[in-house]
Amino acid sequence: MTEHYQTARHFLRERERWRWPEALPWLAIVAAFFIVPDYLALGTQIVIAIIFALSLDLILGYAGIITLGHAAYFGAGAYATGMLSAHLGWGEPISAMLFGGIIGGLAGFISGWVLLRYHGLTLLMLTLTTAILMQETANAAEEWTGGFDGLVGISIWPLLGTFDYDLWGKTYYCFAVVVLLVCFLVARTIVHSAFGRSLVGIKGNVERMHGVGTPVHGRLVTIYTISAAMAGVAGGLFAESNAYVTLDVLSFSRSGVVLIMLVLGGTGRLYGAFVGTAVYMTLEDELAKLSPEFWEFGIGLLLVVVVLFFRRGLLGALEDLRVRRS
Amino acid sequence: MGQVANAAIVILFDGVAYGMLLFIMSVGLSITMGLMGFVNLAHGGFAMAGGYVLVSLMVGLGVPFIAALVLAAVFVAVLSIPFERYLYRRLYEADELDHVLLSIGLVLMATAAITFIYGPSAVSITVPDYLNGQVDLGFGTFPAYRTFTIGVGGLLILGLWYGFEGTIIGAKIRAAVDNRRMAQSIGINVDRLFVIAFALGSGLAALGGGLAIEIIGMEPTFALTYLVFFLIVVAVGGLGSIRGAFVAALLLGLIDTAGKYLWPDGGAFFIYAVTITILLIRPLGLFGRA
Repeated sequence: MTEHYQTARHFLRERERWRWPEALPWLAIVAAFFIVPDYLALGTQIVIAIIFALSLDLILGYAGIITLGHAAYFGAGAYATGMLSAHLGWGEPISAMLFGGIIGGLAGFISGWVLLRYHGLTLLMLTLTTAILMQETANAAEEWTGGFDGLVGISIWPLLGTFDYDLWGKTYYCFAVVVLLVCFLVARTIVHSAFGRSLVGIKGNVERMHGVGTPVHGRLVTIYTISAAMAGVAGGLFAESNAYVTLDVLSFSRSGVVLIMLVLGGTGRLYGAFVGTAVYMTLEDELAKLSPEFWEFGIGLLLVVVVLFFRRGLLGALEDLRVRRS
Repeated sequence: MGQVANAAIVILFDGVAYGMLLFIMSVGLSITMGLMGFVNLAHGGFAMAGGYVLVSLMVGLGVPFIAALVLAAVFVAVLSIPFERYLYRRLYEADELDHVLLSIGLVLMATAAITFIYGPSAVSITVPDYLNGQVDLGFGTFPAYRTFTIGVGGLLILGLWYGFEGTIIGAKIRAAVDNRRMAQSIGINVDRLFVIAFALGSGLAALGGGLAIEIIGMEPTFALTYLVFFLIVVAVGGLGSIRGAFVAALLLGLIDTAGKYLWPDGGAFFIYAVTITILLIRPLGLFGRA
């Protein structure tokens, strides 16, 4: 008994240990600051998208919740942060971003409480229509959200009262990276905790988890809320960095793109969000300039190929390659 | 009073025509999703292909409208077979996420390809004179084209009803929808049914896409724009239920048309609110069975 316990403990400890390749994405993020200072505006958007994709990985990659409406929480956060500044005149970046996270999390808690009782196609449809319903609501509530024209008049104060925003977006890049680091540490802690392992159990075999007495619905709502809050934080950052929010933040295409980015990198491995997002957005930036159709066709083809042959994403493919070599 | 009654008739008529169009385009998706359990977000791509093939036939080759409509449907039905054989089939055992991703990939490719070939703006056709203007139905005059669409939809319902209830192949498909493994074990060639159902569904979608040009327009974003509507018809109606798809499509057409007339700013809001309500109460849809 104790021996098995020790083995299991060792196994989980070993799994949680930091490994040197984990430094690579962070080194790349720091290096980007010095090597391509002209691209930091794009870099900031990539970092924001990584946070968003990371939040999706928590529910999709670990808990196995398939959603087509994750933009609902990104958008809720973006509008919350934006309206706080545009209507109430509060532009302190850190608290405004956290407010976005709180509203995103609240939206996630309420919708998750109701929706996570369903599964399969029904859940897919419910997440999809919930996000569109929120988009239609934002469209109709023109006085508050600016409707189709977008929310203008967002003005963000200097960070910590001292660092103002420069033309190249250095300040904001650093801010976004720090937020990403915090979100990542939270996510990493969660997935290696007992709670995180129970989510993987739910994904693998929900009947058995019911059988061993796991409060499945409660666990799912908890992770959904955390994920939605993280998406809300990403939305808040997005609103602050662009000083402009449109209905696009709630759109189906945003929900779809974050899903594509995550799957491209690989689900259920946290760093998939980093790799997939960086690859997707860099390619988009380069190729869409040449020809939007070419880019769209290429990403569609890539998606088909990934689903058919590299189901575990780019990182999974790399892993397989290493295994085969050794 | 007369005005209100007139407006009500216009909404009712337009709503039914739009609902019929949605039914024609999505009934195939309902059958294939019920039969194969494949969440095919690319179904609208076949509808869009139908629309564009129709444009090519009419504008490029001068084929008359009705003939072009039929040809486009047959062409797309045949075209869809390799997709089922070589792509969809590989993922029947996979989960919904894989279905969603594969079919999103296909939609993106279709959208890009159509934009590349036909350009990004909407295309149009010239419908024959007898479909232009108004037609007198005895109890009032109505737009001829919409009347034609409703007629086509009505014929299709009769055809599908007979096909599913009155023929052996229909009985086999119904058996496979209800219980695929059981159907297989009594010797029904389910693989072949999949091909037939998929081609039929894609062909019907293409027919709907051809009809749609004059009613809701046709541009490269069509497949993505109406994707949500097709899915709503299928989910609200219940997977694999033709009756369900018909009721849901009609409901959707009427609510959407009424919403757009009566509350232009927030009209679309109703559809999604109604969809969510129905799915919360009946997760398998109005006519769905476990």
